[in-house]
Amino acid sequence: MAEAARKGRGGRTLSAARLFKFHGGVHLEGHKDIATARPIQVAGVPSRLVLPLNQHVGGPAEALVAEGDKVLRGQPIGRPTGYVGAGVHASSSGTVIAIRDHPVPHPSGLTAPCVVIQTDGEDRSWDGYDPLSNYRTLNGPALRARVREAGLVGLGGAAFPTAVKLSAGSGLKALILNGAECEPYICCDDMLLRERASEVIAGAQALLHALEIERCVIAIEDDKPEALTALNAALEQEADPRLRVVVVPCLYPEGGEKQLIQVLTGEEVPASGVPPDIGYLVHNVGTAAAVARAVLQGEPLISRIVTVTGSGVARPGNVEVRLGTPVADVIDACGGYTEDARHLIMGGGMMGFPLASAEVPVIKATNCLLIATEADIRPRQPALPCIRCGECAVACPAHLLPQQLYWHARSENLDAATETGLFDCIECGSCDVVCPSNIPLTSYFRFAKAEVFARERERVSSDLARERFEAREQRLAAEAEAKRAKTEARKKALKKAGEDSSTRKAMIDDVVARSKARKADASGDKGSS
Amino acid sequence: MLIAVLAVAGLATVLGLALGYAAVRFRVDSDPVVDQIDALLPQTQCGQCTYAGCRPYAEAIAGGDAEINQCPPGGETTIRALADLLDRDFKPLNPEHGTEKPPALAVIDEDTCIGCTLCIQACPVDAILGAGKQMHTVIAAECTGCELCLPPCPVDCIIMEPVPTTLETWKWPKPLARAVGDER
Repeated sequence: MAEAARKGRGGRTLSAARLFKFHGGVHLEGHKDIATARPIQVAGVPSRLVLPLNQHVGGPAEALVAEGDKVLRGQPIGRPTGYVGAGVHASSSGTVIAIRDHPVPHPSGLTAPCVVIQTDGEDRSWDGYDPLSNYRTLNGPALRARVREAGLVGLGGAAFPTAVKLSAGSGLKALILNGAECEPYICCDDMLLRERASEVIAGAQALLHALEIERCVIAIEDDKPEALTALNAALEQEADPRLRVVVVPCLYPEGGEKQLIQVLTGEEVPASGVPPDIGYLVHNVGTAAAVARAVLQGEPLISRIVTVTGSGVARPGNVEVRLGTPVADVIDACGGYTEDARHLIMGGGMMGFPLASAEVPVIKATNCLLIATEADIRPRQPALPCIRCGECAVACPAHLLPQQLYWHARSENLDAATETGLFDCIECGSCDVVCPSNIPLTSYFRFAKAEVFARERERVSSDLARERFEAREQRLAAEAEAKRAKTEARKKALKKAGEDSSTRKAMIDDVVARSKARKADASGDKGSS
Repeated sequence: MLIAVLAVAGLATVLGLALGYAAVRFRVDSDPVVDQIDALLPQTQCGQCTYAGCRPYAEAIAGGDAEINQCPPGGETTIRALADLLDRDFKPLNPEHGTEKPPALAVIDEDTCIGCTLCIQACPVDAILGAGKQMHTVIAAECTGCELCLPPCPVDCIIMEPVPTTLETWKWPKPLARAVGDER
């Protein structure tokens, strides 16, 4: 079925020089120029690195090192435990001083198992991964294996393991590189394209080879002219006919992969489906650059570009940071906080979440650190009753009815919410922005999703308990039945013996013989001891 | 007249046989209402409802012998779900049966355990592993937190530890409801 759907329109729409629209969306102020004024700054290696074992979608990695081990830059310190998972690598050389729970960047503010490394400042490199400069002689699976070894995940923010995405199968129509970066404040992809466009292109070529397809579209929003110029210049140099740049109009949330596919092709990813279902695969441009490094230089994912922005930081800019660097160190590298800094947010202005402390490390998903002042944040107005104006339905890029979902989520009618498309909500926050009653709609949807997941977990464990309870009941019943049968058989035998004198005598003799044998045994034991 | 009587009698016989056959052939083994109730219960098997497990309680509710508010582990959520299913009125949890507690797991202090196997016999879901005069341990993934192993332990070496929230089990909280003018 998937194959048929992929071949369905043969990618005709993508080749036409026209763009489409996705439903809804909101025009937002970009705030991007705050951090694009300076070139990408390479941050130093901090004295201590904190590397969470779970920085990705999927199960946490299993630690490969123990306390006291010496590690080198790029050495694997955690290996994936399941198919959907990613390894973790030491981002500098040093000594593992602990493997313990440490606060991690997560909306919950909870702790999670982390490998803590005291760096030695020498930054010696591990040479376990050979550069595959001749990767064109390798096949797709071999290249995917390298991507998996390197611990690559999507760097756009979702952190889904890249190798898993690459195993989408054959017959894809095109690879789409997502440089739309539509969320306010975030500009790390913009800066990457401005300064390292050739790396992105090299990554695109490697990805095309891994997928065994011949077509790649790099999408950039029209508010990034410098990135476009740089990319075009690099493309001209490379002269690869498989790659094409498409400029898309700036509209939030165009960087969502389903929305971007719709803009580029006019095709819609089905509800609860994924892009390969209709023949496309979307990767972030940052991921492509990381693929280039992993393949051509044998460098696993140990650093990423982070946008440090907002009015609350002295020298906003983009910083290439080693993974595991405490957020406080990154902010120091940007001149520290200004006096009126109030909020520390990881992520952009729409989907970011507040960090509980600056002690948490930068992880693979950290695309932006937003340090906001009181004036930057729209104060949360008290929510008013829904007036059913329908603005949210107009803005929803997933074509949902947020107000309907809101009623279901608020009354915890989870089945109805799921039927209304709860899991097609991408949590972009567009409905929150347009709601005249200031209802925190996205928060309700997150709550409802979490509740559905929790009930599912409870259902699984209660099913297990029921199964075990019933198995035990059966076992107990079988044991009782066996006991009863035994007693009955004995009773029957006795009764029978009572009727027949010779059997009775035999039984008595048997008992006497046994008792004698026991006595003899006992006296023998005494004699020997 | 006779034909009519015979026709109706014949029809009655045929339909009666068909119904009789169907009753045997398509017999429903257990009461589906009991299954539906059982599916809503938390399967802790703790017996706080005074029945020997969740299924017996489900049977008692279906038979009209028990109220729907006797299940402390299920708490309000379960009572509401049962009220919905059975079209009865919601009642608060009956405190005679216990109070709602956060989920917990039994943990055996292995240094104190004397290996008496009493807790193994008490566990309704066979979640305790051990043998006579050997140290026992709780299989955490299978423990329902029913606390039935606590009273039989002669050395009080079992403690209930609350289940910690991890990144996987953490839930987004419900936004604070009841805003300005939101009287409904």
